[in-house]
Amino acid sequence: MAINAEEVPGLVERMPAFPQGVTKVLDLASRPECAPKALVQVIEHDPVMTMKVLKLVNSAYFGLSRPINSIKHGVVYVGINTIKNLALSIAAIGMLPKSNKAGFDMNQFLTHSLGVASVAKLLATHLGVADKDATDFFVAGLLHDFGKVVLAQFKPEEFRLCLDHAAEQERSLHEVERETQGISHDEIGGRLAEAWKLPPALAHAIHHHHHPELGAEEANDGMCEAVFAANQIVRSLGFGDAGNHLIADFPPSVSERFGSDLSGLMSALGDLSGEMEKARLFTQL
Amino acid sequence: MRFKFWGVRGSIPSPGPKTVHYGGNTTCIEVRGDNNELLILDSGTGIFPLGQVLIPEFPLKAHIFITHTHWDHIQGLPLFLPIFVAGNEVTIHGAADPITQRGIGEVLSRQMEYAYFPVREAELNARMAYLDMQEGQDVLVGGVNVRCMLLNHPVLNFGYRMECGGKVFIFTGDHEWPYNIYNPDDAEYADYQQMADEQRSRVLDFFRGADVLVIDTAYTDAEYPKRKGWGHGTFASSIEAAREAGVKRVFLTHHEPTRSDTDLDAVFNEAKKTHGVGRDGDPQFELAQEGLMLEI
Repeated sequence: MAINAEEVPGLVERMPAFPQGVTKVLDLASRPECAPKALVQVIEHDPVMTMKVLKLVNSAYFGLSRPINSIKHGVVYVGINTIKNLALSIAAIGMLPKSNKAGFDMNQFLTHSLGVASVAKLLATHLGVADKDATDFFVAGLLHDFGKVVLAQFKPEEFRLCLDHAAEQERSLHEVERETQGISHDEIGGRLAEAWKLPPALAHAIHHHHHPELGAEEANDGMCEAVFAANQIVRSLGFGDAGNHLIADFPPSVSERFGSDLSGLMSALGDLSGEMEKARLFTQL
Repeated sequence: MRFKFWGVRGSIPSPGPKTVHYGGNTTCIEVRGDNNELLILDSGTGIFPLGQVLIPEFPLKAHIFITHTHWDHIQGLPLFLPIFVAGNEVTIHGAADPITQRGIGEVLSRQMEYAYFPVREAELNARMAYLDMQEGQDVLVGGVNVRCMLLNHPVLNFGYRMECGGKVFIFTGDHEWPYNIYNPDDAEYADYQQMADEQRSRVLDFFRGADVLVIDTAYTDAEYPKRKGWGHGTFASSIEAAREAGVKRVFLTHHEPTRSDTDLDAVFNEAKKTHGVGRDGDPQFELAQEGLMLEI
């Protein structure tokens, strides 16, 4: 076993965020008239910052009686200045390097994550989820592949092998990871979310984004199915790259949820180029 | 239960002839339970004169509840006499610092470091204890139950609800009602407003039915727009909230350090007129005044 899920929370504590998020947070925080909404926007487009802020606001430091699902929700509860200083303390760790020994392109990864986040939110609306809860789907999409950042950072050689095997054998990356490393990125991300007491529906959607049919969600609002579908849609569009190019068919739970297969759902959503361009803006430095 | 104001000023002490009536010390409130349990809310400079009058009670047990760690709420702590005298037991309760991940105990020990104070925290003769609190937690001090709730300020700030013998006393510490960070034409406006409204109703539930509410009312309605986001309430926001929560008696506090007694009376009278204070069913509104002691 190359990576022990138990050690992941400790590793991630010291993991820096994406250069885009770090640069923008430092820039915004140095302006006396930093608009809270601008700061929130930067944090909620950086998977590492989002994960860490959600970890903190759901931690025992606050002991809040209800789970906090999004950065905005966190701001309402603990105040913008605490969130700002937390983002600054994350920025102070440094930035994720653009290249790593795994050969995993972090910029392409960020593009993929933001694409899945945007499409997951669209799918929430498509399912009739209330606007305020659609933000939770965005967060789930943004964080679904968090385990890959952990692997690229802390087990780069093993992750490189998985990426190569998956490409050569045209197999799903998570299957290769599980087979060769004993654990896959979805499980790493999901277990991290559980260890950090992120909202259960979010942890579930991360953990089961390749197998939405496994286990029922508490809320059963379709978050897990939406992340699965968004992942396939974004791959079909060739938007970003997170190391897995295979497009999976919808399992029955997903086609039932949306009442259609992948191509049907994509037709129903219409032209996504505008959404993808908006997402791409956040990958620019 | 009874309480006494030892400091009602915000930001910085403001001594002098123009503030003798309402007082110039920063925040400190003494609360006594029915069995004379000693609870102290915040340790601004008002805690210094309180410490002096406590000498006849030595050895004593004091529980200090810190709303938040900004200077005006902690700056009197290193000069609180009971902490230097053996036999006293002083327990400090408050929120841990989520950014540095250090507990409330650091508040005192950092203030008493070499560069800032001649006596180190480790040299104190009283038995000191520090307890980090979490939102919603209850702490029982004798017969007084203390519950805390996070309120909105640029640092973690706990409001405290103290209940004893069926009476309820609440202090907000510093608090600005959550406002929408988006403009009405932003897509996120409606969702954010819903979250802010939900939080407001949770806070009103926390205030509900209080016999006495001591609430941050730093600004006039006219001053507020330029001070939005600084973490303080206004006459309008305090009056409205106390009415909604069905509070009986309200003391407005965190007076601006630049306001003289005359200014304070003037802005309060203006606010009463503007908001029609005194109508049927209204809570009783007063300005918090240093030295004022009341039985609830």
